[in-house]
Amino acid sequence: MGTEATSQKGFMGWLNKRLPVTQFYKDHLSEYYAPKNFNFWYFFGSLALLVLVNQILTGIWLTMHYKPDAGQAFGMVEYIMRDVPWGWLIRYLHTTGASAFFVVVYFHMFRGLLYGSYKNPRELVWVFGMIIYLALMAEAFMGYVLPWGNMSYWGAKVITQLFGAVPFVGDALVEWVRGDYLISDATLNRFFALHVVALPLAIVALVVLHIAALHTVGSNNPEGVDIKKHKDENGKPLDGIPFHPYYTVKDIFGVGCFLLVFLFIVFVKPDFGGLFLEHDNYVPANPAVTPALIKPVWYFTPFYAMLRAVPDLQLGALVMLLAIVVLFFLPWIDRSPVKSIRYRRWPYKVALGGFALSFIALGWLGMQAATETYKLMAQLFTVYYFGYFIWLFFYSGNEKYHEVPERIEH
Amino acid sequence: MKKIVLLLLALGAASLSMAAGDSFVNEKAHNNIRSTDSLRRGAKTYMNYCMGCHSMDYQRYNRVAKDLGLTEDEMMASLVLTDAKYTDKMEIVMTPEQSKTWFGIAVPDLTVIAKARGVDWLFSYLVNFYQDEKQANGWNNLTLPNASMPHVLWEMQGIQKAHFETETDAEGNEHTVFKNFEQVTEGSMSQEEYRNTVRDLVNFLDYSSEPAKLIRMAYAPWVLLFVSLFTFLAYMLKVNYFRDVH
Repeated sequence: MGTEATSQKGFMGWLNKRLPVTQFYKDHLSEYYAPKNFNFWYFFGSLALLVLVNQILTGIWLTMHYKPDAGQAFGMVEYIMRDVPWGWLIRYLHTTGASAFFVVVYFHMFRGLLYGSYKNPRELVWVFGMIIYLALMAEAFMGYVLPWGNMSYWGAKVITQLFGAVPFVGDALVEWVRGDYLISDATLNRFFALHVVALPLAIVALVVLHIAALHTVGSNNPEGVDIKKHKDENGKPLDGIPFHPYYTVKDIFGVGCFLLVFLFIVFVKPDFGGLFLEHDNYVPANPAVTPALIKPVWYFTPFYAMLRAVPDLQLGALVMLLAIVVLFFLPWIDRSPVKSIRYRRWPYKVALGGFALSFIALGWLGMQAATETYKLMAQLFTVYYFGYFIWLFFYSGNEKYHEVPERIEH
Repeated sequence: MKKIVLLLLALGAASLSMAAGDSFVNEKAHNNIRSTDSLRRGAKTYMNYCMGCHSMDYQRYNRVAKDLGLTEDEMMASLVLTDAKYTDKMEIVMTPEQSKTWFGIAVPDLTVIAKARGVDWLFSYLVNFYQDEKQANGWNNLTLPNASMPHVLWEMQGIQKAHFETETDAEGNEHTVFKNFEQVTEGSMSQEEYRNTVRDLVNFLDYSSEPAKLIRMAYAPWVLLFVSLFTFLAYMLKVNYFRDVH
């Protein structure tokens, strides 16, 4: 009631008549009711937001000291590392942040799979999330080209070459993307523009839509039950608690745990054994020298393994594309009315576990030199990856499951 | 399409050549970048023996002086051997084009070589030179076979010869396997002294690849301690708030 009174008087009253600040605060924080049983898996949404802010802030400061010039870019990074005060910290926060972004996003997506958060009525939340994931991949890829190391160069070459797999216009498309016949200064300039302006804008807009769609229908929870079914006399969900202060306080604890790991990497092991910053990228870009093993950064390797598993490049590129596209349709592939894995039976649990393992295995295989054995393994895991969705479509159509409780009991 | 096929072939060839020429890294560097003495000795070796050909274009003399605890005068007197100024970058006169003409390859800049190759590779490389008449410059290297670089530190290490054996594996393929080194000419240092000199040099290269390592490692415990305290307080706060959630 106190807020009610102050929101009509004084400065806040003046402001609220012109812009509904207090109402916005209530709708999205103090009176946004979230299920009371969020667990570990629910930290990653707010952590993704934290990492996004970190990337934008450190990115702005990196841009102040960097020049997207093929002749200078490699040296600019070393200049930031040595001559710019605290430049090394800003850069490591950004490079570690890039990997951390994918770590939290993968956990966040897997949470969706565990508790069926993509299902009716949250299909749009999932689809917006998937578009963010795609935009993030483009953002990360272009950012990786900016230091102009040899892996930047050859990675850019291989990935842009994939556009050549498009029938009829492939070669013209590759040239259009590169802005040149080869990866060159023109490519570096446009990737810089996209990395620092276009894609961040798109990602921020998409995050707003992702959260707006979520707040329209409300959050799912580990039990997968709808808390809006049971409300008290004031219309508040009985099993819900206001996001602020409960989940803001809880998320701050999540942030602390995250920062412990994140800052340990930033200060102690920023290269992360060549996984976050690759050895070959400490050699300046050289069109004449191919790195011994061309591979993307770890977060792309599951898809890269699929690409290499298929003997035909055109088909491989298609498989890689489909691996991402299929995720968009998950809300319609999984037809089971039950959301949470807690109330689904063992075949689903085993199959989902296998799906997660196959994704990790593909990720590992994508980092190795492609021997015959590894190629065969990648083929098997790729088949499992796609097989999972086909199986799920049929299995979930007539699935036997445990009884789902009406309310959250624990 | 043709380009794609060519690219795939190139990728295939690259992974094959990798399998064939796996680096022979048989030693650990065991260097310690916190040892200022070792860094100073390494810097001296670098300036005297390496910098004739290998630039450090991204590193400045004054930064090295500061991190190695040297005054400007000490630095200029003992480590700056050219007419460079104190704040200059550690550049060399020879251009990449010249070195390509003279040595057949553009001599690489070594500022971040320790990041690219790793310290163990560098240490192994510098102790694994051997005499080889088949090579144009008379030297070869176990770690980087057919290296263009001659053994610049031979006066210290002396000259060694490598013995190889031919082994047949289970599938009947023959492999040439390194057996041991034989010291042909004694150097000015004992093997132990030489290895320590190389260790100091590698240490300096390790430092040069990331001078900030000295700072971040010093900050690390304090940052993590602060975040631990923060997390503990955040946890207490969370527990307190959730007391009334049933």
